[in-house]
Amino acid sequence: MSFLTIERLTKVYDSITAVDGISLDIERGEFVSLLGPSGCGKTTTLQMIAGFVDVTSGRILLEGQDLARVHPARRGLGIVFQSYALFPHMTVAENVGFGLEMRKVNRADRDRRVAAALQLVGLSAMADRYPKRMSGGQQQRVALARALVIEPHLLLLDEPLSNLDAKLREEMQGELRDIQERTGLTTILVTHDQAEAMALSDRIVVMSKGRIEQIDAPEAAYQVPATRFVADFLGRTNTVEGDCAGAAVSVAGETWTVPGGAPAGPVHVAVRPERVTFAETGLAGTVRKRVFQGSQWYFEVESVVGPLAVLAPNGRGRVPAVDEAVRLTWSADDMRVLPREAVR
Amino acid sequence: MSAVAATPGRPATTLRVRGTYAPYLLSLPALAVMGVLLLVPLAMTLVLSLHSFGMYTGISSDYALANYVDVFTDPYFGEIFLRTLRISLCTTLLAAVLGAPEAYILHRMSSPWRSIFLLVMLGPLLISVIARTLGWAMLLGATGVVNQTLIALGLIQTPVEFMYAETGVVVALAHVLMPFMVISVWAALQKLDPQVENAAVSLGAGQATVLRRVVLPQIMPGILSGSIIVFALAASSFATPSIIGGRRLKVAATLAYDEFLSTLNWPLGATIAVLLLAANIVIIVGCNRLVERRYQQVFQ
Repeated sequence: MSFLTIERLTKVYDSITAVDGISLDIERGEFVSLLGPSGCGKTTTLQMIAGFVDVTSGRILLEGQDLARVHPARRGLGIVFQSYALFPHMTVAENVGFGLEMRKVNRADRDRRVAAALQLVGLSAMADRYPKRMSGGQQQRVALARALVIEPHLLLLDEPLSNLDAKLREEMQGELRDIQERTGLTTILVTHDQAEAMALSDRIVVMSKGRIEQIDAPEAAYQVPATRFVADFLGRTNTVEGDCAGAAVSVAGETWTVPGGAPAGPVHVAVRPERVTFAETGLAGTVRKRVFQGSQWYFEVESVVGPLAVLAPNGRGRVPAVDEAVRLTWSADDMRVLPREAVR
Repeated sequence: MSAVAATPGRPATTLRVRGTYAPYLLSLPALAVMGVLLLVPLAMTLVLSLHSFGMYTGISSDYALANYVDVFTDPYFGEIFLRTLRISLCTTLLAAVLGAPEAYILHRMSSPWRSIFLLVMLGPLLISVIARTLGWAMLLGATGVVNQTLIALGLIQTPVEFMYAETGVVVALAHVLMPFMVISVWAALQKLDPQVENAAVSLGAGQATVLRRVVLPQIMPGILSGSIIVFALAASSFATPSIIGGRRLKVAATLAYDEFLSTLNWPLGATIAVLLLAANIVIIVGCNRLVERRYQQVFQ
């Protein structure tokens, strides 16, 4: 029995199916991300676990107990909301202590635990401030401390970092992972940011249109996407058409020997932009666009098989200019071959 | 764009010069209207209140504080001002106690019903004050619907005196001024983060605790500013107290009216009007200060 089990969970609003029979098992101490574009059902799933949205059908079991029979106030979940949802009329310490007050923890214990939680998020000096007088990052930490102080069974994070600027977001990602590892808390993160999901999670659950597309470790989902949607959503992917005969895959006259082979017939070949390299021989093309991105160069190349995106690390050899004729290739290990009819 | 590029520097300077005068020039029409229609009559009322009045001599053009001394020393006026204050406070309290929950319920309604009930709630403002107040008179009279129902139910033996009594005036005033309270609280509720209630629930708070500890403190500024509006309008209201309260149950506004039009003692009427305005300003400005100081650090 897993720590948290979701069984054929479905949510239907009037005629729209927001979540379409998803099943998922989460182990104790795991950090799992629900990843997908807006409207994919990830937030609805989180809200059903939290109890803010009624379940149409299916079950959610936490440590074997059906959550349908537990009132949202008694589920003992720590939740960090996208807007932080701090109580603006309470100081930081009162915000963090609210959950303990509801649990009738006595004053001395409460003060001690609030102080410990604020220490954990590095806000000890700001206990008496009001949330409106704090930066976004600080409010975010208060929300985290408030969720952690009640020692929840499960931590739910609803796009907690999406309102922060890029640098702060990266910093908070590291801290979040750090705190999660120290407390060993089972955590579910909802996000549309694939980089965030990959940086934080043990496993990611890629969702689209209310269904689960893939559940896998971040590297595995990135390297071996189960569907074309996952391939496109987890970073950029070039998809070109080719043909397969035994172990040989050919694209516009170039042939690769794919280990293990693939089903014979017309195929789609997916290659990540960073795996495509400029070479002496290979697919012919012309550079249409060149963008310097600091650590790397980004190219759009019009090739014989259509437009291809190429990422090349900065400082490794000569950089082709716009309108220059180039040849592109990639190694057989870097291509993912999918039968054409199976591609969604 | 091209004009600016053609003569660099010059258009910007003209704009800046014009910019310094523009706000004053633009607000001039409104200022003129305010000055002519509000400040001048107010000043004239103030001057009038300083003149003296004799039954046979009429209004003389002297200046004295005799009228103010009269009002402050005669317990008759004191009682009327006290009644005005009492009626206004009770009206404000009733409007707050009924209006705040009403606004919250409205806020939680789903979309078609919300606009329908908002219109229903604004209803009193759409009906002429006379028609509305006479309606209340019919309901509240000794043989009115309310009393007959209460007697039929056996709850009372003799009719309750709503008419020509403070209770009736308070009920009718609270009814018409309720929309101001509801709209004010509604505005405060719009600023409420919808996730805040969920956050409180997730931390273990029941529905009643959420309302008391999380929602109410956040809409308190709205309730208080609504109270200020309702109080000011109730204290200076004329039609409702004059119909429901009648000639016997006078308030400051009806008293001023009677002095002007019945006794023809214009200076005394002006004195009462000035004192009512002054009392209103003191109470409202004082309350506003209090609200701002109390909530300044929490909001903004």
